[in-house]
Amino acid sequence: MRTAVIRFPGTNREKDAVVALERACGRKPEIIWHKESGLPAVDLILLPGGFAFGDYLRAGAMAAQSPIMQAVRQAAERGVPVIGICNGFQVLTEAGLLPGALMRNAGLRFVCRDVHLRVESDRSPFTEGYRLGQVVRVPVAHHDGNYFADEATLDRLEGEGRVAFRYVAGPGEPESRANPNGSRRDIAGILSENRRILGMMPHPEDATDPLQGGTDGCGLFDSMARALA
Amino acid sequence: MSEITPELVAEHGLTPQEYEKVLDILGRAPNLVELGIFSVMWSEHCSYKSSKKWLKTLPTEGPQVIQGPGENAGVIALGEGLAAIFKIESHNHPSFIEPYQGAATGVGGILRDVFTMGARPVMNLNALRFGSPDHPKTRHLVSGVVAGIGGYGNCVGIPTVGGEVNFHPAYNGNILVNAMTVGLAPADRIFYSAAAGPGNPVVYVGSKTGRDGIHGATMASAEFDANSEEKRPTVQVGDPFTEKLLIEACLELMETDAIVAIQDMGAAGLTSSSFEMASKGGVGVELDLDRVPMREEGMTPYELMLSESQERMLMVLKPGREDRARRIFEKWDLDFAIIGRLTESGRMVLRWHGETVGDLPIDPLALASPEYDRPWEPTPAAEAVAVTSQGDPLEALRTLIGSPDLASRRWIWEQYDHLIGGDTIRRPGADAAVVRLADGKRALAATTDCTPRYCYADPVEGGRQAVAESWRNLTAVGARPLAVTNNLNFGNPERPRVMGQLVGCVQGMGEACRAFDYPVVSGNVSLYNETEGQAILPTPVIGGVGLIDDIAHLPAAGLEQAGLALVLIGETEGHLGQSLYLRDIEGREEGSPPPVNLEAEKRNGDFLREQIKQGALAACHDLSDGGLIVALAEMALAGGCGATLRVPDIARDKMTQWLFGEDQARYLVATQDAETLLASARAAGVPAAHIGESGGDALTLEAIGRISLEDLRATHEGWLPDYMSAGVA
Repeated sequence: MRTAVIRFPGTNREKDAVVALERACGRKPEIIWHKESGLPAVDLILLPGGFAFGDYLRAGAMAAQSPIMQAVRQAAERGVPVIGICNGFQVLTEAGLLPGALMRNAGLRFVCRDVHLRVESDRSPFTEGYRLGQVVRVPVAHHDGNYFADEATLDRLEGEGRVAFRYVAGPGEPESRANPNGSRRDIAGILSENRRILGMMPHPEDATDPLQGGTDGCGLFDSMARALA
Repeated sequence: MSEITPELVAEHGLTPQEYEKVLDILGRAPNLVELGIFSVMWSEHCSYKSSKKWLKTLPTEGPQVIQGPGENAGVIALGEGLAAIFKIESHNHPSFIEPYQGAATGVGGILRDVFTMGARPVMNLNALRFGSPDHPKTRHLVSGVVAGIGGYGNCVGIPTVGGEVNFHPAYNGNILVNAMTVGLAPADRIFYSAAAGPGNPVVYVGSKTGRDGIHGATMASAEFDANSEEKRPTVQVGDPFTEKLLIEACLELMETDAIVAIQDMGAAGLTSSSFEMASKGGVGVELDLDRVPMREEGMTPYELMLSESQERMLMVLKPGREDRARRIFEKWDLDFAIIGRLTESGRMVLRWHGETVGDLPIDPLALASPEYDRPWEPTPAAEAVAVTSQGDPLEALRTLIGSPDLASRRWIWEQYDHLIGGDTIRRPGADAAVVRLADGKRALAATTDCTPRYCYADPVEGGRQAVAESWRNLTAVGARPLAVTNNLNFGNPERPRVMGQLVGCVQGMGEACRAFDYPVVSGNVSLYNETEGQAILPTPVIGGVGLIDDIAHLPAAGLEQAGLALVLIGETEGHLGQSLYLRDIEGREEGSPPPVNLEAEKRNGDFLREQIKQGALAACHDLSDGGLIVALAEMALAGGCGATLRVPDIARDKMTQWLFGEDQARYLVATQDAETLLASARAAGVPAAHIGESGGDALTLEAIGRISLEDLRATHEGWLPDYMSAGVA
């Protein structure tokens, strides 16, 4: 499986994604600089975490205008799966490839900790390796992860089974600690209409090795490797 | 040019004697630009004039040392072609004035010190001291400093993995923000700051220069004010996004052979970077200041030389490499300007649109920087304290574990991205932070430590203890302690008692570093930390770095399973002087700190490390603030498993001492096989005692009582978030 990782100025979690992709696919992804206007033939595009352009205008807003995003859009239209993690999710919403927006965390502070996610859809190349309803533990690390969309859009996402992951309380954890950022309906990740684009705030790439404290993120990368091989 | 009046000299912080030296060196009166340069080069911050004499006594060498003090950061060999580059630096005053930006730019500055030398930063730590929680400013300062450290480090993408926080009224008017960065570089590709090669281009890269942080902006000089529209704040503003680009661009350029020398523009900006580079290389330099990229119009040579705008670097390139270098910086959308060249003159010549506006001899200025042997007096020895009360130990534990100095720091480190990079294998809250190396087998461990109340009561012992605690924290994760960086935070050195604290702490640190073969490779001195005559507690922070040879044997930080034997390593005397028990339970900040027996430290630590290497330990924790019972509670909370502790008969009538004493050179470990461990300890001459077992959901003191983990956890985790949210209306 050939994969591409897009690098914007200010992208900073590309290494984490590269390691996780390589572990699952057995092949190093290509790093694509944002000023490129074309993409090589790949089976998957990953937009990693970070602070593209410093998040100075609005998280993801400037990156969404980078030359490479035209090529990402075209690839997505051809059905090439695209996954945006954290800042990558923000870029995808700003680029209009996914609905809604990521606002400042409800607690107003950056939050880095493990969260628990319930797998709400196993019908996508990203999640088919998980069981529906399975609860996984992965970390979050963001300041602007508060998912927002209007009620009609949220209803539609739910109705079409496009909520991929939802924040839930872990074993023994109080409900109040489940949702780290105030996201509407505890949404942690969503799918596009054709289910070939996933945006999520948590970092499955940082939960792929027992020494990192958990391996629940492997399911996502293994799903992609299997579905797209 | 404005006339140099005695007032103007004083406002630049130079004494009349120092100004006489200026006149001697120049053979004439300086102009304002030159006066500004002398002022910053001879400032305490740049010249270490009060501390130099004592810093020279510290051990700085060892087979592991590639570069000791004197460069941007220290460099040590890790083997297999790898080097660690690290340093700690203070940003105390700016953080008190503007906590967010002060702390943020502190992080930015220390990152630059490390990547300047060719390292990719891999871990950030910080040592913070705030005033009393009751002080009206404390909450605001905690909130701003933590957000600033996180805001910068998170955006740049370097994990913030460790540190320490204390609260004490002595910091009410003067908080301490010390930031440490550790980076990794190929051992054969370290970049230094000594300029070489007359004719070589001097290149400026990074952000444009603005009027922020100009030392002289605080001046009340009429001439200076006449044309400046307003007083700018002296605290610089950080731009972590630009810093991230600068890291990537510099490391990309460093993969070529274009760089002769490189130095970041930190304190005193262009002045100190250009001076230091030229002085170290024994060359002269000519700068065309009008070529410096400027953020605003109408800037003067004085402002350009003294600006402390952030995210800027100065480099000397090999001839003919300019275009290649320029392309890299253009790729990253950073400014790149050739602003001068090296000469053989030994002088710094500053030009402004072709006209010479400054002409200074480099060596005389750099070498003649003042060095003072300030009068000092030792701290009188404290009297021994008597503790006779034997109160309810579990109630005391409950109070301590939720007290400002021992409560969980989760509220802080959850605001720091401590996982980015994917190599954090020991999360914050434990003895030392651990970040895995690319080989997948080895790991770096780092920690920051100081116990200021010990240093205040006995500077020499406090200095020893700070080093010993950092050495123990590294040992507790199985790391071989390799070297330290230090951040000496003190009050006004012109007061003999304060100067005596510095002298004593440096003496103690030196003794401990020598005993452990644990040299000082970099550091920073921050003096004049006082407000209205109230000095801070002497706070010589040690940033220790060690290497774990095989992470397979890393013991857990907490008790993760029942049925393990708890073994106390090291000798317990029950020393309560200057202990947290005495301060927070009995309300007495008294006595002498626990003595540090360097031989016992070394023997016990080396033994423990060997046990870890052999895989004999399931969990390990060093004993420090709060003593044995606090350490056990921390291990139980960290691993989620309770424990039962047996108070030995000999300690029955001195139970408070036994449980809460802060004797040094001790560790609490959990093992499957106590018998073998005790036998090995006996053979090594290391005191060890089997004192309990893990298990259950409470901490039980046999024959005395129990406290549930749930209760302990609520108290431990609750204090800081409750304190911080109480400030929100």
